[in-house]
This record gives sequence, structure tokens and C-alpha cells, in this order.
Amino acid sequence: MRGARPGARLSDVTAHAFHSDLTLRVNGADRALTLDHRVTLLDALREHLALTGVKKGCDHGQCGACTVLIDGERVNSCLVFAVAAQGRDITTIEGVAGLAAPEELHPLQRAFLEHDGFQCGYCTPGQICSAIGALTEAARGWPSHVTEDMAAGVGAPADLDAEEIRERMSGNLCRCGAYPGIVAAIREAAGGDGGGAPARAGAGGGVR
Amino acid sequence: MTTLQRTVGADVTRVEGHQKVTGTALYAYEYPVPDALYAWAVQSTVPRGRVRAVHAGAALALPGVVAVLDSRNVFRLRPAGDPELAVLQSADVAYRGQIVAAVVADSYETAGQAAAAVRVEYDVDDHDAELTDGDPRIFVPDTVNGGYPGQTETGDVEAALAAAPVVLDATYTTPPEHTSAMEPHATIAVWDEDSLTLYNGDQGPWMTAATLAELFGLPEGAVRVVADHTGGGFGSKAVPRPPTVLAALAARAVGRPVKVAATRQQMFTMVTYRTPTLQRVRLGAERDGRLTAVWHDALQQSSTLAPYCEQTATPTRVMYAARHRRTTHRLAQLDVPTPSWMRAPGEAPGMFALESAMDELAVALGMDPIELRVVNEPSVDPESGHPFSSRNLVACLREGAARFGWAGRDPAPGRRREGRWLVGTGVAASVFPAITWPATATARAEPDGTFTVRIAAADIGTGARTALTQVAADELGVEIDRVTLDIGRSAYGQAPFAGGSMGTSSWGWAVAKACRALAKRLGESAGAVPPGGLEELADTAEDVAARRDFSRHAYGAQFARVRVDAVTGQVRVDRLLGMFAAGRIINPRTAGSQLRGGMCMGLSMALHEGLEVDPRFGDFANHDLATYHIAANADVRDVQAYWLEEDDDELNPMGSKGVGELGIVGTAAAIANAVYHATGVRVRDLPITVERVRAGLPGH
Repeated sequence: MRGARPGARLSDVTAHAFHSDLTLRVNGADRALTLDHRVTLLDALREHLALTGVKKGCDHGQCGACTVLIDGERVNSCLVFAVAAQGRDITTIEGVAGLAAPEELHPLQRAFLEHDGFQCGYCTPGQICSAIGALTEAARGWPSHVTEDMAAGVGAPADLDAEEIRERMSGNLCRCGAYPGIVAAIREAAGGDGGGAPARAGAGGGVR
Repeated sequence: MTTLQRTVGADVTRVEGHQKVTGTALYAYEYPVPDALYAWAVQSTVPRGRVRAVHAGAALALPGVVAVLDSRNVFRLRPAGDPELAVLQSADVAYRGQIVAAVVADSYETAGQAAAAVRVEYDVDDHDAELTDGDPRIFVPDTVNGGYPGQTETGDVEAALAAAPVVLDATYTTPPEHTSAMEPHATIAVWDEDSLTLYNGDQGPWMTAATLAELFGLPEGAVRVVADHTGGGFGSKAVPRPPTVLAALAARAVGRPVKVAATRQQMFTMVTYRTPTLQRVRLGAERDGRLTAVWHDALQQSSTLAPYCEQTATPTRVMYAARHRRTTHRLAQLDVPTPSWMRAPGEAPGMFALESAMDELAVALGMDPIELRVVNEPSVDPESGHPFSSRNLVACLREGAARFGWAGRDPAPGRRREGRWLVGTGVAASVFPAITWPATATARAEPDGTFTVRIAAADIGTGARTALTQVAADELGVEIDRVTLDIGRSAYGQAPFAGGSMGTSSWGWAVAKACRALAKRLGESAGAVPPGGLEELADTAEDVAARRDFSRHAYGAQFARVRVDAVTGQVRVDRLLGMFAAGRIINPRTAGSQLRGGMCMGLSMALHEGLEVDPRFGDFANHDLATYHIAANADVRDVQAYWLEEDDDELNPMGSKGVGELGIVGTAAAIANAVYHATGVRVRDLPITVERVRAGLPGH
């Protein structure tokens, strides 16, 4: 058999010919794994760590369903090999609930429930992780394609209007078409005023 | 005595919502089944012919590969209606992308590698994958999907068209489209002697179990399907598709549980698509707008395996009054994958054509498009003659127009400019039949004062679990938190799939009936529940069969405001407003999401979606989410859905019509009509691409 020298060590990954021994830090806990080199972070989480809240929608970085946070940044976990995630701090939807306050739903999770920001729920974990990442980026002032003054960037996340949120969340597809609820939920969680779009998309509005 | 608030009609949060936002809701592929292997399909690379040889040696030599399956070494299935389910039963190849072999391995990675290492040799036949009008093989089917007649004719439509002072004759096309649910089709198959458990992404667990039992020659009940959560389906998961059968075949072959998940690329040929259509609509009208003749012809395609023909022209049978009328469906069976259901099969493409044609006729008449529809409002169903159980199309048009701000609209096209943008508004009607199928349900009272209701329904994101809980709570006369609604298991008894917008009507009726019977028994025993509990089983077969003859449909009016870049032809939809009438709305939160979601998919149909057929290979050239574009968040701006409450006693005990498909019907026409109003360019071919718009703009 050819390949890496048996037992070769690279940044705490012990590489064998076809597999590696590694430790992933997921939702605050170290998880020791022996994985085929080809296993993506997505499949490591779903198939090997039973963290099935992370979803596989396309396996090609085209839908965003697999979005997790790596060191606080949103990442398509299908585009990262598990061996490359050693030593990073990985947060999946299963670890989101405790992020803001112990034992409590994250404000974004509450807002998605309140605004019915999902239907089938399959894209939802990725949407929520992506929204956390997007608001973190906004807090740093990072501009988006629709930011008027690219050089100046944006102010606080609360300043993001619906147009900004739609643009920043367009890497996460939702085939059910829950986008109005998703945008309303993120605006609320960001502390935005909810002006413009209907603040409570879930209510739909009946005529009685 | 406490006063109990009725929960039907209340804005109840999804009962499984907490699970979905925390990632604990389990979808098919995610059940912890020990010792499972992974199967990966090998698809044909030729559009027509026969497999001459499957060379499995290289695949089998890979460590971890357990088996390579092909038509020579799998279990012989029995026919079960759908020829697409005869997976690996023959060496014949009917289309490119058909499953011709499969690999079973101990890891997902190895299965994929081994599938690529399987070499298949073919005897290749000539093929024809191009839908062309004038093809001598085109025929008119006796019936189309849904059991409707393939053609209908009343009066003398040709003479009426010849005599009509104003005639509109136009041809519209819609491309093949794909459901592309976010959860790829996935199955875990587990055999235990001669019983089979399938964890399946599924819209109809009971019907899938019945079909798989038939395929494997097993008694009813020997197959159990578990589908607690399904990540969208839109018709493609309503009945089992080839990946589900492959999982069961593979697990049987290797004697271990097997997991199958279609890759996103495989889904485009393996799990059906919406047929392309070529539609010709001819309308004859008096100068006051009254229609004298309506003729709608729809050409579609299917595979050589099955003559699936969609009910594309059926909405035209019910929409507008006209003495002389004809609708025809024509079908060509080509060397292509078999199309099947996608959200509002028939109605969605059919109403794009009819409602575009009505707009064109309004322009030709110099009439407001709402008024044109109003003067052609029928008093009874124009073809069956049956009375309407309820029909509020005109009210939807009027109320929608008021909310949208339609009054005072200048009908002249191409006149409103905002910077580089041309702005326009459009309207179109929506319709969808209110279908109800029989179902069974059980309701059970526990000694601790709680209730469990069981039905083999599926919640694919519709909100069915929540709506049915509301129905049960009201019939039992208890607070909603005392009711647990168990769905998603075939073992709960006969029930239809989540499709045809009939789920809540069909399942709700059975749930209501079971709960009503249980409440009556509890009343007789003064509320006392024995230690073993009390249970009632309901079957609505007789109730549904006893319904009187009515024309039962939900209606709506959709309004769109678009901006079109005057230079590039790019279309942006600034605003969509739908006003619907669909009986009683059981949960405004989930129904609103269904309607808005349908409108989003309609927007996607209008502007983005289209599979590109490559006639040389008989395949779709675009088969992933980078090349088959579905609406992303930035494509969808202001989308609002409203409804008029209807009291309709001719439907079901809830008085509900269903909202799953209504929202996608008419959206594309409303947008196309708004594009015309903005630019003067009439786009009759979906999707409305920049090229198609720009070709009609001044200077091009």
C-alpha cells in the first residue's frame, strides 16, 4: 500500500494510508475519531458523531443546508474535509441553543419559531447557523453586495435592512419559500425595527 | 364549566417547531440504524438500448465493497403499477440516468468511489428525446392525471372562433422543471426475515408501504414505513421512487440494513420532474369582453415506460363561462425519464397559459383585465354544469385589487420609468380543486386525561401535524396541549399521501370523525377512562363517497409589481400579493406560509427555473443547484398572502379546501403580465430570461 507513512503526524492528526486519527472539538467537547481521509466535516458530523441536525442538501456548497460555525464563522461543512477541521472550534445547530444563554434557545431560534421562518425544517439548521455568522460579519461592519457605501461598510447588525439580510442569506436555499419569515426572524433577532416588510410574516393576515 | 377557546382558526405555532430549530427532528437518513451499509446507484450513460455487460471487478476489488448489483443478481420484483419502480429488473435502458447497477459498501465514500469504478457496456439504439409538435407518435390520452378526460368539447368552437369579433390565438411554452426539495430522496431499508422497515423521506407512508409490499410479494403490513419528518417533497415523494426500491433490493441482497441517499445530481433524473408543455390557447370574445369560445390545447412529454400525462388544460374547464369550448391534451412518449407530480401538476403550467392569454385578450379589447374576468364569471361549472360548493374568484379579484392598489392603473405598457427601471403591474387568477380522499384514524383517551390520535399522514412542511392537532382538540373539546398527534407511520392505517392539496381535508375528516366518536363515548361514561384507555377507529370511505355532486375548487387572485432593467432586460419582482379563498383556514400561520411558499415557487418558475434538454444525450444539461436556479432569498422581496373566509358545508367537517398548491397557480402569469405592462414585451415562454425580455426591448 502506498500513501502517507503509517503513523505520520501532522498537526495532531495521525495519518495512516487511508484513514486518520483525529480529534474534533464540536459544541465544546473533544471527540476522537478515526476517519477515511475523504470524509467531509459534514459526513463526520452526521455519520460518525450522530449530529444529524447538520443537513446534507447538495454536498457541493450550492445550498447551504450544511452550514456550521467554525471558530464563529459560517462555513459549508460539505466543502471542508474533517481532517482539516482538527483544532478548530465547531458549532452545529445542536450547540446553538446554549450560545447566548445556558439552557436557552438562541434568540434566532426563538425568532424562527415566532415568524414561522421554515416549513419542512430541512434547511433550518443551516439557515440559523448562517444567520449567526451573518450577524457576526455585520457586527464587524463587513459590507455586502448591496451595501451602498462599500468602503464604509455597515453599522450594527440592527441597522441591516431587509435587502441586506436577503443578500447576506442568499447562500442558504429554502425550497419551501419561507424567505419572508426568515428575513423577519433575522431582523428581529438583530434588533432591527422590522419596518418595511411585514413584521410578523407568520400571521399571514386573514380577512374575517 | 370552563369556556374553551376553539383552536381551529387559531395562530398556533408548529407543534414540531422546537425540534426543527434545534436540529433534533429526524429525517429518513438520520435514524440510528446499527450495522448499516451504503448503496450508490450507477446510472445509464446512454439514452436507449440494453446493458450488454456490467464489469464489477474493479469495484469489488476495493476494500469495503460488499456487492455490486445489476439486473442479473437482484430479487425479482412483481409489477406494482409504476414501471419506474422495476429497478434493476431488466437489462433494457429507457433513458439516460436510469439505474443500471448499484454498489453496496461499508462507507459512503467507498460506495461513491466504487460506483465510479463499475464499467457498463451497452448495445445502443437510436433515441429521440426532443419534444416536437407534429411528431407522428403524438396521441390524445383517454384520461390524464387525476382521472380527468383527455379531451372535452362543448358546442362548435371552430365556428364560434370564426364568428367572434375579437380573437386571441397564442402559443405558450413551459420548460421541464424540478421539485428539488432540500432533503434529497433518502431511505434506510432494514429487513427482518420477511418484513421490511423503511425509514423514508415520504409524503405518503401508508401508500409507500402498500406499494413496496406489492413489489416484494409480501402481505399487507409486512412493510412498515417511518417518515416522521420529510424535508419537502412537492409531489416527488408522494409515491415511492427508484432510490427507495434500490435500498430495499440492496438490503435484501446483502442481508444487512442499507442506506441510500440520492445525490443532488442523481435527483434530476431519478425522482421525476415536471413535463415541459407547449400550449396553444384560442379565445373568441364579443367586444364587451364576453367569451364565446375557449380552446386550450396542451402538448406534453413522457417516457417510453409510462404514458404520464398532466391535466394541464383542466383549469380552463372551470375558469370562465363560454358557450363553445374545447380542451385537449396531447402526449409524446420519448426516450426521456418519466415525469410526474410537481406542485400543482397541470394547473401551474396550464394557468400560466390561460391567464397570460386572458391578459392578452384584455389588451386586445382595451379592457381592464380584472373586469374581463368578472364579466366571464360563470354561475355554474361551465363544463360539468354542477353548482359550485363555493366560488369567490370575483371577491378575490376585487379585494386583492383594493389591497394592492390596482385602481387607477394606466393600462398602457412601457410608460412608467424609475431611473433605469421600467415598472409594471399584472394580475392573474388562481384555481385548484378541493380534493378529498378516504382515510382512517384512531383516537385514544388515556386514563391520565391525555389523548393520542394516530393517522398515517405526513408533514412535509405543510403544517399538517399542527392543523390536525387543532382539529382533534376541538372535536375532543380539550386544550391543545392534552392532544398528541402521531403521524408519519404506515402502521397507523390507510391514509392518502400529502399531495393534491388534500391532506388536511382527507386526514382531518378521519381525525375529526374518530375524535367525535371518542368524545361521544366519553360523554356516555361521564368522562371515565378505564385503565387500558378508550379507543375509537374511524374510516371516512363512506362519508367521502356520499358527497353530493358539486364543483369544488379553491380560487385566488395574484398581483405582481415588477421592475425591468431597460437595458439588460433583467426582471425583479418587487411585490407579490395574493388574495385567496380556500374554505376555512385551520391555522393562519401555517396556511399563510404555504400560500407564500407557493407564490415564491411561482416566482421561481416565472424567472429562474428550466431544465435544459440536450437532445444529443437525452439528458438535462443542468442537474445541480448551481445550474438549475431556484429562487434564493435575494430573489424574493415583498410577498403577502391574504384570504377571504368561506363557509362551505359541502367539503368536509372542517370546511377546508387546501392551500398547498393554490399559491403557485397563477403567479407566473401575474409576473409575465406585469413584465408586459412594464415593457410592452410579451414573453410567452418560461422562464422569463433577460434574453427573452431584451429581444423585445427598443433598440434590440
